[in-house]
Amino acid sequence: MRTGKLNRNDDLEEDPYPESMRESIKKVEETREERLEEEVDMMDPEERDEVLNRFHPDYKEEGMRSLKVGPNRGDEMPLELADLLEAYPAVDPSEVDLTKVDYETDVLVIGGGGAGTVASLWAIKEGIDPSDILIATKLRHGDANSMMAQGGIQAADKENDSPSAHFLDVIGGGHFANKPELAKALAEDAPEILNWHEDLGIMYDKNEDGSMKTLHGGGTSRKRLHSAKDYTGMELMRTIRDEARNQDVPVVEFSPAIELLTDSDGKVTGALLYNMETEQYYVVRAKSVVMATGGFGRLHIQEFPTTNHYGATADGLVMAYRAGANLLDMDSVQYHPTGAAFPEQIVGLLVTEKVRGSGAIPVNRKGEAFVYNLEPRDVEAGALIRECYGRNNGVETPTGMKGVWLDTPMIDMLHGEGTFEDNLAYIHRLYTRFGIDPTEDPLLVFPTLHYQNGGIEINDEGRTAVEGLFAGGEVEGGVHGKNRLMGNSLLDYNVFGKRAGIAAAKRAKESGWGELTLDHAVKYADQLDDAGVDEKRKSPMLVPEYRGEETLSRSIDVL
Amino acid sequence: MPDKPEAETVEIFIMGKKYEVPKGLTIMKAMEYSGYQYIRGVGCRGGFCGACATIYRLEGDYKLHTDLACQTTVQDGMYLTQLPFTPAGRKEYDLEELQVSNNPLLDLYPELARCVSCNTCTKTCPQDLEVMDFVNEAIRGNVGKVAELSFDCIQCGLCAARCPAEIPHHHVGQLARRIYGRYQAPESEHLEERVEEIKNGVFDDDLEELVNLPEEELRERYENREIES
Repeated sequence: MRTGKLNRNDDLEEDPYPESMRESIKKVEETREERLEEEVDMMDPEERDEVLNRFHPDYKEEGMRSLKVGPNRGDEMPLELADLLEAYPAVDPSEVDLTKVDYETDVLVIGGGGAGTVASLWAIKEGIDPSDILIATKLRHGDANSMMAQGGIQAADKENDSPSAHFLDVIGGGHFANKPELAKALAEDAPEILNWHEDLGIMYDKNEDGSMKTLHGGGTSRKRLHSAKDYTGMELMRTIRDEARNQDVPVVEFSPAIELLTDSDGKVTGALLYNMETEQYYVVRAKSVVMATGGFGRLHIQEFPTTNHYGATADGLVMAYRAGANLLDMDSVQYHPTGAAFPEQIVGLLVTEKVRGSGAIPVNRKGEAFVYNLEPRDVEAGALIRECYGRNNGVETPTGMKGVWLDTPMIDMLHGEGTFEDNLAYIHRLYTRFGIDPTEDPLLVFPTLHYQNGGIEINDEGRTAVEGLFAGGEVEGGVHGKNRLMGNSLLDYNVFGKRAGIAAAKRAKESGWGELTLDHAVKYADQLDDAGVDEKRKSPMLVPEYRGEETLSRSIDVL
Repeated sequence: MPDKPEAETVEIFIMGKKYEVPKGLTIMKAMEYSGYQYIRGVGCRGGFCGACATIYRLEGDYKLHTDLACQTTVQDGMYLTQLPFTPAGRKEYDLEELQVSNNPLLDLYPELARCVSCNTCTKTCPQDLEVMDFVNEAIRGNVGKVAELSFDCIQCGLCAARCPAEIPHHHVGQLARRIYGRYQAPESEHLEERVEEIKNGVFDDDLEELVNLPEEELRERYENREIES
């Protein structure tokens, strides 16, 4: 009997799973004892390649096309992203007056998530007065993927571990496509970042003697995943934001940047913001600009559901690309192996890898284990897709979605009653709200669009190829190669948010304000003309379109 | 008149205005289905950010219910509005300068003492936290307990909006967690040692070698690396 106020969504007496799914759960229950005893073998490199080639969405040719304009001309990109990069500026340069400046600042940070906030804190440590920083963000400060990360953050801080072992995991997991100096920075800075977090008062899960509780993630050679229950991202983001508030960093919310501003040499000198509530624009003049807009999950590449927050629409890629920045590895998208596939209300939401790290394994409709639980993410995702569509061993939901079971009751059986609720409070709450108790029943999962592996090319200081423009966090690329490992995104936004913030501060101290033009956007539009791109296509997108079809079909512009 | 949707539907009232929406949608998706494009009142859509705080009443029921629009299914006869912002006062402080020997929670938020133990905060919390209990612990200066009980707080501010004593519970919890993490949680010696080692360049040669290794050799090292069981 499930009780508690949280279950507001379903009748307590009713089985949350329909009969067809319940039949399959019985088979999962029958094999559970056996599966507790024996581990599934890891794949060898040949099998991994085969799974990726045949089943991972990145390897599906019809999902990509080659870009016609800009620094990455000729490179393959997902169709949904190519549409935004090959699009005209949302703002008409002739409609804005750049001579009236609304904000003059040393460092403009575009994006109020983890990377942007960390960048501002380290710009302050580098000597910039907080009042000379401006964070411009599309939603509220902290409404970001950073807030949603569950499982944890990697750092090689245990005796049996080292930054080199971490480096090797990062670069092997990324299929050796990473920029080595970025992977090195990631691994080398990690312990110091955690030390900084301790000073800020972040509450990592610890043993009584103060040693960190650490787990394996997919593709790690050491147990170096540090967490704060399964609210790790929230604990980091809210604390870092709290510190930015204590430091009085100015933040302008609901006012995303929609275009960078450049001088006649193409250096970045500021940005144009758009107040989404009043629909007016603001002109910002800055000595340095940090791009920290996060990823592109809300583009729903290949129609996948996503774990990402509402604002993850690739705005930063679009703006930086028009200004001449180079993009890396944009053909590589991370599908998290275990997104919720049932119930319908939460489809696509993340079921953290910590669930597998704690011992739950994926099981098909017949109750059989079919993959090692901690393969690198792309391989694990490919194996789940193979099980559902290559081998037809998936479980179908009433809406026709397919998935496999993640056998969560194993966790308390392996580690003792109460382990799940204590360490996976979010997942427990997420499912209990819809009448499912993950300590009693398995969860149905299928891969979900999770992370932008690539992004704007930076060097190990967080500088882009465009002078005056820096980048940190999910918007930048090169750190993770073609596949990011669990626990390295929270680390990424801290390491490269910090490095970008410091480099941006240094530049701001050495240089003055420049002239403000939209020349680069005009030139880019000319290239689009030459390439014959549809003039109606505009970007950045800012928010995804989820309104009902009927409403849209009858929408008219009167006001 | 537009055609009715074929799926089973429920009738909801968004800010008093009636809409018919498919059964089984979350409040957030039902508002979008009805034609609202969000700017405010939406964030992570997964129950972490607290941007979509919602107040609703059900037909024939006197109670005001509170929940997250992204985590709650619509019900027939639901009268709802969102409350995406609560103007609750937050105090600035310097974590390094706090007098933790006193009760910094009560020092910064003296309104804690105005609590009338009505338990509305607890009943309001969409995360089902024992909010009133942590307010009581805060009054006593029991920072660790406040940190523990408030840990899953998503800072939606619904408790603060409903509190007759005007306590900003979510800010109090944040302060307590930072004090606990900074001053009371046991220190992690292995972390500090590792930071020292990195500063002293203990791993420099190893890392430098790896960074410059040809891909073939790197691949070999990766495939033969030892994995902790």
